[in-house]
Amino acid sequence: MDEILNLAAAHFKVPREKLTPDDDFFKMLGIDSLQALELLTRLENHFHVELPDYELQGVSDFRTLAGRIQARL
Amino acid sequence: MNLFQGKCVSWSVNDGVIELELHREPCNEIGSVTLDELERFATELLALAEDDAHALVIYSAMPSGFSAGADLRELYRRSQGMERGQAVAGVREYLERIHEVMNTIDSAPLTTIAAVHGVTFGGGLELALVCDLIIADKMARFCFPELRLGLIPGFGGIPRLKRDLGNAVVRDLLLTGRSFNATKAQAAGMVSQVVGEGEALRVARATAAQLKKFDRATAVAAKRFIKPIPYAELKREIDIFCDLFMKPAVENGLRKFVESTDAQPYLP
Repeated sequence: MDEILNLAAAHFKVPREKLTPDDDFFKMLGIDSLQALELLTRLENHFHVELPDYELQGVSDFRTLAGRIQARL
Repeated sequence: MNLFQGKCVSWSVNDGVIELELHREPCNEIGSVTLDELERFATELLALAEDDAHALVIYSAMPSGFSAGADLRELYRRSQGMERGQAVAGVREYLERIHEVMNTIDSAPLTTIAAVHGVTFGGGLELALVCDLIIADKMARFCFPELRLGLIPGFGGIPRLKRDLGNAVVRDLLLTGRSFNATKAQAAGMVSQVVGEGEALRVARATAAQLKKFDRATAVAAKRFIKPIPYAELKREIDIFCDLFMKPAVENGLRKFVESTDAQPYLP
């Protein structure tokens, strides 16, 4: 979880302490769907997983996102 | 030497390498102005190749990516208020012009390299696929999202995917509408090199410089031997696209895309 929050904070240049697992990352990071795909790519590269973008349907918080990644490890 | 500076694209030649830069905000959506300029480029490309250019590098100056594909907002706007048959006729004409450009680049008598980063979707992926080599930044992402709009790729993507990749990967891309990252695209055989973030253009230029060492006529002969242009299938793709464009699902899909409050609604 920490790794995901650290990656998101670094990629979108927001203070790490502002992000928590249950945050809506679209709202908290102020991102659109294209930027969400950038985050997805960053996470795939970091965790060496493949996460089809339809797995992000309905996912807007880091905790659920972490679960999706975990399921692919 | 800068040869053309357009609203959407520009090109130059330096030491035998033609560079085509895409620079239409926000992400090189391919609309009518881009098409006009690409047609002009395609004409000049053949003259430049005669004049001893040995390589072409296509890249994007837009931070968000290589190209997000067809300008769907323009397509929707133009088809509104038109009788369906008239809209389809307009689409067919547009596709035939795009195909002419794509086929010219695909068959060009020099080695072509797409240096891609970020979003490389739909028509943008189709533009990359006409090139002999794709060099991808590790943040590049590839997708054919057309199924989400009730369509299939219309700029020649399916025949070119079939030419280059295994059918299972092609089915995955087309039928799920999902995007792949550069690592997956390289494993599938679509991308020849995955490079560090921001490095695609530099590596493409280094590759183009390497090509200068080889006899051009031999390189062209090899390219023609191993890279057939699937003309019959490309024409068939246009027919299928136009048949689908007649259906209400397409208008609904386009409307949903255009009316989305997300600036670029790219999640499936």
